Amino acid sequence: MRQSWWKILGLVMVAASIVVGFLGPVPALFLLHETIRNVYFHVPMWSAMFALYLISVIYSIRYLSRSRVNDDLMAVEAVNTGIVFCIIGLLTGMQWANITWGDFWPNDPKTNGSAIATLMYLAYLVLRNALEEEQKRAKISAIYNIFAFPIMIVLMYIMPKMTDSLHPGSGGNGTFGDLDMDNQMRPVFYTATIGWILIGVWICTLRYRVRLLENKRNLID
Amino acid sequence: MNILRQVKTLVYKDIVLEWRSKYAINGILLYVVSTVFVCYQAFKSVDTLVWNALFWIIMLFASVNAISRSFTQESQNRQLYYYTLINPRAIILSKIIYNTLVMVLLSVIAYAAYSVTFSNPVSDPLLYTAAVFLGSISFASVFTMVSGISSKAGNNSTLMAILSFPVIIPLLIVLITLSQNALTGAPRFESNNEILVLLAINVITITISLLLFPYLWRD
Repeated sequence: MRQSWWKILGLVMVAASIVVGFLGPVPALFLLHETIRNVYFHVPMWSAMFALYLISVIYSIRYLSRSRVNDDLMAVEAVNTGIVFCIIGLLTGMQWANITWGDFWPNDPKTNGSAIATLMYLAYLVLRNALEEEQKRAKISAIYNIFAFPIMIVLMYIMPKMTDSLHPGSGGNGTFGDLDMDNQMRPVFYTATIGWILIGVWICTLRYRVRLLENKRNLID
Repeated sequence: MNILRQVKTLVYKDIVLEWRSKYAINGILLYVVSTVFVCYQAFKSVDTLVWNALFWIIMLFASVNAISRSFTQESQNRQLYYYTLINPRAIILSKIIYNTLVMVLLSVIAYAAYSVTFSNPVSDPLLYTAAVFLGSISFASVFTMVSGISSKAGNNSTLMAILSFPVIIPLLIVLITLSQNALTGAPRFESNNEILVLLAINVITITISLLLFPYLWRD
């Protein structure tokens, strides 16, 4: 109980955000209408993905400074989980885009940027498969992970701000917060964001522990 | 020995080595010219948007080919010898500088060949040249580090492509916007943002390369 309070908190927060998200009041806005509820699901996926990639890059840095295998396992599992959240984020976004912007894949810098960032992290996994020796694999993939992280930030958070984008908060659009969200939506949105980040970290630690067990079984005593 | 002097010596060594054989540089120049000619035969004439995009695609593939071999041309034993002598940061910095020089030469030849075969629609040549120059530096700074990583992983060309293309895409998007501005002759101050972003990304990649290369090099 002492160690798992944050997992319960995450579950409660996600459950609460789902219930209130579907039943709670939302402002009636032009074009968005009820789809505004997707903000409780689409945006937290990206927050969770960012948190997981951040964890991954921190553990990669730790691996380079201390050379412990466990740090590398944590880094790769964080990326594995982050990619899943990224894919769910893309799918929820595509659905939303189809309803509001009229196309599953509008030519939008933020959409393209996040797809390219996903390619980069898939390349990280391919790089790991290309290397046989464990120590070398851990070191070289940690280097690529750290190298890719700032590029991911540029792709997903800086480039869309420079050009015209359909997403709020980009290319001179107002952010979602100023324009569309009212004060009833804000607490639900923050609850959902924190809840999904906690759930993401939980999944990541579970996968990490499975990896540790596998590693232990493969060791020769 | 001071790191700047080491860098100078290493760049000089790379240039001398290349000058003796001239194999790599001639090969890559021929590659660019023949690619331009293949594109010319395929397209005959193009509008300005395609002109710009095609130029950067040719540059992208030529630079991947030119830079991917920067850590494999010397034997492992000689690299070990360097390891006992010099700072690893000097190595990566010298490779970036040398690759920048190669890329500038390459892009000048490509630009000239491209302008001769396809007619040149650029209305602000100075800005376009600046974009080409910035592009050379960007390609060199990103691809040098990635080629270091892929050379440690057996250096197959597929790995080099999948590791470097997603990383280069943000730079390529900004470069295409900048050179499109130069093509249409938009007022220069409109491109300030793009130039700043390019410089910022370059500074970030070179800093990270300098920080990470010592780990990559130590085997």
